[in-house]
Amino acid sequence: MTDTDLNAQGIPEPSGSHHPIETDYDIGQNNVEGSVGPFGFDIHNPVFMVSGLAVAAFVFFTLALPEQAGALFSAMFSFVTGTFDWFFLSVGNLVVLFCLALIVLPVGSVRLGGADATPDYGYIGWFAMLFAAGMGIGLMFYGVSEPMSHFSSSLGGVAIGEDGLRTDWAPLGAAEGNEAEAVRLGMAATIYHWGLHPWAIYAVVALALALFSYNKGLPLTIRSAFYPLLGERVWGWPGHVIDILAVFATLFGLATSLGFGATQAANGLTVLYGSGVAEEGTRAFLGMPFANAEESGIADSGALLVLLITIITAVALVSVLRGLDGGVKRLSELNMLLAVILLLFVLAVGPTADVIGTFFNSLGAYAEYLPALSNPFGREDTNFVQGWTSFYWAWWISWSPFVGMFIARVSRGRTVREFIVCVLLIPSLVCVLWMSVFGGTAIQQFLNTGFEGVVNAPLELKLFEMLGQLPLAGITSLVGIILVIVFFVTSSDSGSLVIDTITAGGKIDAPVPQRVFWCTFEGAVAMVLLLSAGGLASLQSMVISTGLPFAVVLVALCVCIVMGLRTERAAVKSAAPAE
Amino acid sequence: MFTHIMVPVDLAHVDKLKRALGAAAGLATQFGARVTFVSVTGSQPGGIARSPEEFAQKLEAFAAEQAELHNMPDVASHAVTAHDPAVDLDGALEQAVHDLGADLVVMGSHIPRRFEFTNHGGRVASHTDVSVMLVRG
Repeated sequence: MTDTDLNAQGIPEPSGSHHPIETDYDIGQNNVEGSVGPFGFDIHNPVFMVSGLAVAAFVFFTLALPEQAGALFSAMFSFVTGTFDWFFLSVGNLVVLFCLALIVLPVGSVRLGGADATPDYGYIGWFAMLFAAGMGIGLMFYGVSEPMSHFSSSLGGVAIGEDGLRTDWAPLGAAEGNEAEAVRLGMAATIYHWGLHPWAIYAVVALALALFSYNKGLPLTIRSAFYPLLGERVWGWPGHVIDILAVFATLFGLATSLGFGATQAANGLTVLYGSGVAEEGTRAFLGMPFANAEESGIADSGALLVLLITIITAVALVSVLRGLDGGVKRLSELNMLLAVILLLFVLAVGPTADVIGTFFNSLGAYAEYLPALSNPFGREDTNFVQGWTSFYWAWWISWSPFVGMFIARVSRGRTVREFIVCVLLIPSLVCVLWMSVFGGTAIQQFLNTGFEGVVNAPLELKLFEMLGQLPLAGITSLVGIILVIVFFVTSSDSGSLVIDTITAGGKIDAPVPQRVFWCTFEGAVAMVLLLSAGGLASLQSMVISTGLPFAVVLVALCVCIVMGLRTERAAVKSAAPAE
Repeated sequence: MFTHIMVPVDLAHVDKLKRALGAAAGLATQFGARVTFVSVTGSQPGGIARSPEEFAQKLEAFAAEQAELHNMPDVASHAVTAHDPAVDLDGALEQAVHDLGADLVVMGSHIPRRFEFTNHGGRVASHTDVSVMLVRG
């Protein structure tokens, strides 16, 4: 007999009718178990070894031949975003339409985890986790800077170079000299990059993984979603390659972001709390020189960055050791709370009425400009399409295996409709609000008082410049720095869990030292790349280039989801009692 | 002396549990105690089962097999689903002790020199007020 009513974690037993895929593959059958000294391991062969060695080889390559690597990767990056911009834009539009269709179609009633499954997490914890993993840090980085950039380039108007091509970076036809319209166009372009499209990309990957894992009984790794197309071959090399690529994109995506995040935090700390003068080359934080003007000839000290990455990695380590509930979820909720407080504060003490106006105005502008902004063909605003949109799409897509898999991990028990509404519509609205408040405040500071600090500040300092104009700047800037750091921790710990699961062949209960390995490895890779000249930037170009194959994968995933959902709904229907 | 013995098992490594299982069966027979086999899984498909439902069935079958093997009259199984089983195991076992009302825990122990972040048996002993017997395989 089984005590089904007794359940230590309070999760009811699953799961009602569902339609599992019959396969002879046993999860973990290709795994190698053993121990290195006192550390136990349970890893997938060959995914673990190949991923680890490939990462090490790439780091070695960029360090040994920095110039060649930099040139190669940036050429690859411009080729991908320049040549395939139409493809990225089309795929983006396709997945948004696909997700919207799932909300209204009858298959939206399918529940992840079986017809009677109940959600693993409540709305707040769930939402906090998917937001913190997916976008948090970008919002800190670009919340002020992106609306401002589009606004100023739009205001500047169209400029045509000698070759007849546009040299300005404004979206669409710009809005030369028209401040009100420049605000609208700037906000619409920002929301286009942060709203429905990125979240639809994440939603498709997450839905595919959740469906094939919870309803079809396949391991929680990227390859499982390809079962309808590849059949049993997903357990062989085609599947290995998919998983290795996913590990690769995740690890380098995290390491590069970790590097840039550390740079932003170091800049913020030095400028706000450091001593000395940038022009004299004496600026330092706790005795570590940083953020000095180039002409002063004083190089930044790597020590501050190393210290920050060590702290971020150490906190992430504690978080992965405490697990999904005790670590990742709590930090994500803490982060959400801090972010909401900062948002409400800026909203309250900033130009409140203007910002609320900007919010609704931006939504309207988004609706109005969306068809033109998302049009993949015949665009004249080449710089904007290739340098901004295409870059973002490749970026979101290269992050989608990681974020998608993490969202899948915590989304069991939701219906497809509920899932899409919560992963697509609500985060999009939150992004609109965030951008309106942070970007809107900065723009209003410029329009109302002529303050040009934000416009002139480097990217990583724009947020602090904006906060500096508001009351209690000392406190809010500190909250800003803490948020940057904690958002990195929440990306780093969830990323480590994802990589660990993929490299353990979909096992979520692999020995804990393995997560410690990946978390530490990721910090070490970030440190090494950060200390080498241009290492991070060139690898980021490479990671973004992996967005191209994954864009093809996204389209395939839509097909797989449709195939999977149809059999699922049929199973539910046939199991329902005849009325 | 004991009325309800809880036996945590890892279905993936049953071969390493033989001595613990034998000890539990011996004690159960001696005291006429009930034995409940407890195991923890995640909601994702794993090496043992592809859903928590199937996992519970496998654990139940394992319990039935043990009952027959050791001729135990009163045997039950209790499958627990955790969000992050690799980390949540200790808490889940403690909770199971309370939920089941067990008064003795018999469990296999890992090899002492092998490095683990937590020591499951020790943790259960220090966080609950029941007797714990660790059986070295």
